[in-house]
Amino acid sequence: MRHRNLIRVAVPIAVGAVALTGCGSNSSGGGGGGGGGGHTVVIGMSAPLTGPLSALGLGMKNSVDLAVKQANAANKIDGWTIKFEPKDDQADANVGGQVAAALSSESDVVGIVGTLNSSVAQQEQQAFNDANIVMISPANTGVELTQGPDYASGKKTRPYASYFRVSTTDAIQGPFAAKYLYESGIKSVATVNDQKTYGAGLVAEFEKEFKKEGGKITSHQTINPGDKDFSGVISKIKPTNPGAVYYGGEYPEAGPLSKQMKAGGLNVPLMGGDGIYDPTFIQLAGSKSNGDLATSVGAPTDQLDTAKQFVQDYNAAGYKDSYSAYGAYSYDAANVLIDAMAKVLPGKDSIDDSVRQAIVAAVGETDTTGVTGHISFDQYGDTTNKVLTVYKVTAGEWKPVKTDTF
Amino acid sequence: MTQFLQQLSNGLVLGAMYGLIALGYTMVYGIIQLINFAHGDIFMLGAFGGLFAYNHWLPSSMQGHILIALPVCLIFGIAWSVLSAVIMERVAYRPLRNAPRLAPLITAIGVSAVIEEGTRLWYPGAKQPLDFPQLLPNGAFTVGGVRITWANVTVVVVAIVLMIALQTFVLKSSTGRAMRATAQDPDTAQLMGVDTNRVIVTTFALGAALAAVAGVLQGARLGTVRFDDGFVAGLKAFTAAVLGGIGNITGCVAGGFIIGIVEVMAIQYLPRGSGFKDLWAFVVLILVLVFKPTGLFGEEVATRA
Repeated sequence: MRHRNLIRVAVPIAVGAVALTGCGSNSSGGGGGGGGGGHTVVIGMSAPLTGPLSALGLGMKNSVDLAVKQANAANKIDGWTIKFEPKDDQADANVGGQVAAALSSESDVVGIVGTLNSSVAQQEQQAFNDANIVMISPANTGVELTQGPDYASGKKTRPYASYFRVSTTDAIQGPFAAKYLYESGIKSVATVNDQKTYGAGLVAEFEKEFKKEGGKITSHQTINPGDKDFSGVISKIKPTNPGAVYYGGEYPEAGPLSKQMKAGGLNVPLMGGDGIYDPTFIQLAGSKSNGDLATSVGAPTDQLDTAKQFVQDYNAAGYKDSYSAYGAYSYDAANVLIDAMAKVLPGKDSIDDSVRQAIVAAVGETDTTGVTGHISFDQYGDTTNKVLTVYKVTAGEWKPVKTDTF
Repeated sequence: MTQFLQQLSNGLVLGAMYGLIALGYTMVYGIIQLINFAHGDIFMLGAFGGLFAYNHWLPSSMQGHILIALPVCLIFGIAWSVLSAVIMERVAYRPLRNAPRLAPLITAIGVSAVIEEGTRLWYPGAKQPLDFPQLLPNGAFTVGGVRITWANVTVVVVAIVLMIALQTFVLKSSTGRAMRATAQDPDTAQLMGVDTNRVIVTTFALGAALAAVAGVLQGARLGTVRFDDGFVAGLKAFTAAVLGGIGNITGCVAGGFIIGIVEVMAIQYLPRGSGFKDLWAFVVLILVLVFKPTGLFGEEVATRA
């Protein structure tokens, strides 16, 4: 009976292990600091600094680090030194919960830049809101984060007063992509999403607009984050003859999906949101990814006049990783936070709830021009800047093809 | 019908992969009743070994020739996996040979974490998914509307040849006989002059070699590898081994194909199947265990108490 007993133990362990995918903890120290001033105030960060999405997360981290160093060097907050404390959320909502618990219990933390993933933000908003810590995301596009779970039926309610974002939402990004595809002559599309907050939301918004334009959704498929072999899904989609495949998710799955689509005889472009707009996508998708499309928030960083100084400073600072898709937004988010702190903190000698609340209010009143353009927030905490860009893979690189407001 | 056959061909490829990995689970279990949860990571190491050889040792003039590149990657992948498996057996499992069964099981989970995190930290660039070279023949052909790529044909043929070779080795060679003797009764086998330690190491090495082949083939077929690839692949393969009757080589291969085919058929025919394909694999496992606790082909090991 020894065998059966062992299996009885092992099978639940194996099944349980599925639920624990990606668990574990990893803390990663970060830079920041420098400059004078008597008191210390902390800007935290929650972003994936390791794992498959770390290219994006490290760009965010370095950009905030740059903003903090510049603010300290310029002595922007009289009598205070800013310290930057990045934490690794591994793009995992459970780890994000731990990060939020850790950062919100620190007495010097007044603001957070992050997260990258909407699903992680969802897990963190409550903790930061309870502690009156302002959270500004440079990258979250999930609509319900600011407009509540019933936004689709028109009942918009802002769930957390301390949450803001400088990126636009999937309610804009999905339809923007739908319109672009339809207007470029593609009338039928199959969709695939990874069932995460971001991917599923993006695809839902895309489908709504695409049908409204008069297009046809030929197939609606889901995959799991971490999947590798998409042959089954591709074979299912192929007979529906779509003109393109729209993917809601991020590049670790989108790259192989594009590659396998073309190898499997489904020779149509793959289009995705800002989650696939990264050079790693092209690397993973291979040479046949030419023609694949992505939308991303804002105008291309390297083409913005307002971003020239940022790009120059970033390169001069000698960071190992590129600022990637959200660097400029992270830099802006950090500066919005620093400006709000500069309004509230001078003259104070400790941080308490009233100080934190004043900082939340100051962030809400932001009206400034950052490296990505004009920044102010509406009554939900969403940015009023609704510029998006479509990028196309051309000769192995993302090239902007259309920048517009939706 | 075409659609069914198309998905069946996808399922066969997937199943061949699971089967190859599952053989390592089943052989080790057959001999020392250890469920080696780190075996999935040995599979991943095989892919990384092959990738390393391709990027760093293979002269770039050879990289385009798959007849040279594929064997080189396979050999280095196998070498790296076998070395890791042998070290793992020596360091982590042998000291626990006579400990209660749960101790090596938990150790295996620890070893798995060590291998994954070690690869993530030390393999250059492995924090990101890595691009895997094109090592399999290009192109595809169509039979009755079903599109089959030469890459998939290669994978299935290699897998089946290896499975037959393994079965022959276990049944016909003297080492195979020693393995079966050790599986039946390690103490008596030792008294009869079988070097059980050597047999156990050989078993680990054989399983690792098969997993490494699966790793390199999967990397080449899907074009990408990641440090945590072994986790899900290992779970699926373990499921396949249990489904077929763990300890039984034929059963394990059958289990692999069943899991692979169930997955793709779930995608094709069940509502929301693509998102829940893993669920259906486990549902099949649970159903089989309810009605036949020893797995489909499990009689052979069930006699041992």
